[in-house]
Amino acid sequence: MIAFWTLAAILIGSAVWTIVAAKPVYSVVALLINFAALAVVYLTLSAEFLGVIQIIVYSGAILVLFVFVIALLSSGVAPFAIGPNRLPKIWIPTAVAVLAALGFLIFAVARAPQGSAPATAPVGNQGVFGSIADFGKALFTVQLLPFEVTALVLMVAVIGVITLGGEQMREVRPRAQAATDRRMREAILREGKG
Amino acid sequence: MVVPIGDYVALAAVIFFIGVFGVIVRRNPLIMLMSIELMLNAGNLLLVAFARLWLQNAGQIFAFIVITVAAAEAAIGLAIIVTTFRPERFVDVDDVRSLHG
Repeated sequence: MIAFWTLAAILIGSAVWTIVAAKPVYSVVALLINFAALAVVYLTLSAEFLGVIQIIVYSGAILVLFVFVIALLSSGVAPFAIGPNRLPKIWIPTAVAVLAALGFLIFAVARAPQGSAPATAPVGNQGVFGSIADFGKALFTVQLLPFEVTALVLMVAVIGVITLGGEQMREVRPRAQAATDRRMREAILREGKG
Repeated sequence: MVVPIGDYVALAAVIFFIGVFGVIVRRNPLIMLMSIELMLNAGNLLLVAFARLWLQNAGQIFAFIVITVAAAEAAIGLAIIVTTFRPERFVDVDDVRSLHG
């Protein structure tokens, strides 16, 4: 119980830090803390595979992608612009709407019949709920269709990213070609002088 | 020691609305994408908590799908950001007018 509330405090605090941070890099750090805490929550809910996947995919892949894009966008002459917020303009109505929705939801939860997640069973054994063996068996037998849909989603994402990147490369190519031509001309001139 | 399911729902709701607030208020596309990740994670937390409550694997497998979708969405979203915003320009989604019709 204490562990849950400690993790909840970390999750909420890092989530708030994510959205109020001045620079995107700080947001990435806050999000990293958030994902790590969430992985621990998954482990307490005996979702071992998801806890590991949370670290590998989110912290390992997605956040590194964010860091790469931040580095790419801030590698120009100007430093990365923070970007203006809409905060001054719509801060009060947004806060009222969001807090009203949140209050309604928590009220509904408080009114709902309460059930408790059972205490955690010993982990790592086959046949125990949430163990990796159990999860893998379900993934490749009963839940095979969702697994295939996952593959399809990743395929579509790869094709989409290649399409977007290809358009950018077509724009860039003439400039790169011109630079190569200029370098070759300069080299030829140097040869002639020497 | 046992945490009631309502606490998980409340925690997920708080994180989700922090993400909503981030998407509405922040204008930096990177931080907006991160807020979307926060919202997806809140949904995942609920899926895993209810999977634990009912002792059903399906919730965890759907959370796995959501993680995949989040990875795909991050890849495509970041590719769009990189192709849309030039490095030397101010990064602000309100500057993008090409889809206004």
